Amino acid sequence: MPYADYKTFEKVLTRHADQPGSHTLDFYLGHGGYEGARKAVTQHTPDQIIDIVKASNLRGRGGAGFPCGLKWSFVPKGSAKPKYLVVNADESEPGTFKDRVLIERDPHAIIEGMLIAAYANGARISYIYIRGEFVKGYCRLVEAVKEAYQKGFLGQKIFGADFSLEVTVHRGAGAYICGEETGLLSSLEGQRGLPKIKPPFPAVEGLFRCPTVVNNVETIANLQHIILRGADWYRSIGPEKGPGPKLLCVSGHVNRPGTYEVPLGINLLDLIDDLAGGIWKGRKVKAVIPGGSSAKVLAAHELNLSMDFDTLAAAGTMLGSGGVIVMDETTDMVSALYNLMRFYHHESCGQCTPCREGTGWLEKIVGRIYHGRGRMEDLDLLLNICDQMVGKTICVLADAAAFPCESIVKKFRPEFEEMIRKGKGHERRVFPVAGGPLIQIGALSRHNQERREEQHPMKESALKRAPAPVGGLHD
Amino acid sequence: MANVTSAKKAQEPAKRLEFSPQAREKIAWLYTRYPTRQAALLPVLRIAEREFGGIGPAAIECVARELEISPGYVWGVFTFYTHYRRETDGKYILQVCSTLSCALRGCQEIVRHLSGKLGIQPGETTPDRRFTLKKVECLGSCDTAPVMQINDDYHENLTLEKLDQIIDRLP
Repeated sequence: MPYADYKTFEKVLTRHADQPGSHTLDFYLGHGGYEGARKAVTQHTPDQIIDIVKASNLRGRGGAGFPCGLKWSFVPKGSAKPKYLVVNADESEPGTFKDRVLIERDPHAIIEGMLIAAYANGARISYIYIRGEFVKGYCRLVEAVKEAYQKGFLGQKIFGADFSLEVTVHRGAGAYICGEETGLLSSLEGQRGLPKIKPPFPAVEGLFRCPTVVNNVETIANLQHIILRGADWYRSIGPEKGPGPKLLCVSGHVNRPGTYEVPLGINLLDLIDDLAGGIWKGRKVKAVIPGGSSAKVLAAHELNLSMDFDTLAAAGTMLGSGGVIVMDETTDMVSALYNLMRFYHHESCGQCTPCREGTGWLEKIVGRIYHGRGRMEDLDLLLNICDQMVGKTICVLADAAAFPCESIVKKFRPEFEEMIRKGKGHERRVFPVAGGPLIQIGALSRHNQERREEQHPMKESALKRAPAPVGGLHD
Repeated sequence: MANVTSAKKAQEPAKRLEFSPQAREKIAWLYTRYPTRQAALLPVLRIAEREFGGIGPAAIECVARELEISPGYVWGVFTFYTHYRRETDGKYILQVCSTLSCALRGCQEIVRHLSGKLGIQPGETTPDRRFTLKKVECLGSCDTAPVMQINDDYHENLTLEKLDQIIDRLP
């Protein structure tokens, strides 16, 4: 299958994101704002909207890639209970920072998408759950919601139709697990963010035990464009079974880290080499995590891939949240894995034994290898633990910890073996400014300054290139 | 909360805290946004955080009284989340992201530098209660790594020089 042409691609979601004032209602209305929602509410029935979204093949952008229209169709019709819409803005997957661009630069696009989703699903009350750290994003959303109420885009009789919607912005408080939809709902109910067993799925029994649609910010932001330009147009962008514009986040050892809006189906090498400016310091790539830290890692020879849901799944990894983390040839993979395992152990909610204990064991065992006290049998032990975790817990956090562990140990096993063999005598490469010896603190600031200077001119020139990195433009 | 033992609580009767009228007004508005009082717990804890300058046993009691749920339950929820200000925290909470993308771009140097500059380890507070240093997990700003959050604000693309300037210029 040919790769999607990202050079002629016209940006959809972030087309205004780099313009000053793009977060205000005046700007938004001046650029065709709320027309998609108006069209949906005044010209279509809710069922028609669901059919259009189904026909567009829009797949959820939060990580699982579940077809959005199908998810909506699970909401029971004619239930006496109220229905809720919840927008998941708890962006916390390591390597992912795409929703932040939409939240900070285009909050009205989220509200407009919510109008469409709420109308389609019969929801009259909705919440945006934003992670606690995003204070600026929270303020932008609160301000945008206020503006929307003032101009009648929220509240009663929206667009003169018999349709009302209440939106509340709910701020989280720092817990990765609240990005999992049932954990998020628990948190929204004022509990610890413990995920719940499925079924019942939230569409049937979610928030306050009522039918609830949970959609990612980016999924929601796609809706107005599908309504205005049609499902056929949407399907024409990228692979037909999982089409559309996608925000991909590139971070790590590249020259121009940032959020890039591309058509799904872009070649991963083009993304890294062209858009993100290639590997920094003229080095070679060693490994890439293609879809947030929970995705299986790809080794350097595996990168000639189309960035879409199905191709990455076939390659044994996933598009996930679209967080591409690039590691150069000097990266110490044991150290990288140790870092990730610490993350998952810290973030496990502790409900299920395989996850609570498993993530702890993984961290401990990788840690002892890292500290030069590893044993050869530890490598098989790690794989065995991963095997005991996947699919054995309420939510997928255990899988998310096991996938990177399993893939890094399998694909970089010689590196682990070397470290175990050398034990404490192993000359540790300093991660991350990797390559050089440990620099004394006093000398560090000059070194860092030089490092930044060679790196930063890129930011300026990047703006002149099309498409520009959106992420570099947070004001 | 290792430093708040039940023994300590028994010795010093917790001071009774009350929300200000402004805070009560905000809380009353919150009740109109959710079908249950309990659902307002996370936002009410935010109000308490601001109101009392950090959350400790007395603030927990106050929130529990307000929401008509048990203090134990509130404590359980509060400790599940990492981002609330604790009453033992310093004026500035320096939260350095230390997850992979920031680690690939040098967050260890940032932590080491702050540690040396302030004379405290991650998790500790300076004796003058001005700074608390924390290593935190992904702040969702990996493109501008290394990143640190000081109270509400993100500081991105950190270098050690920039870091010194930021710390020295804090009021």
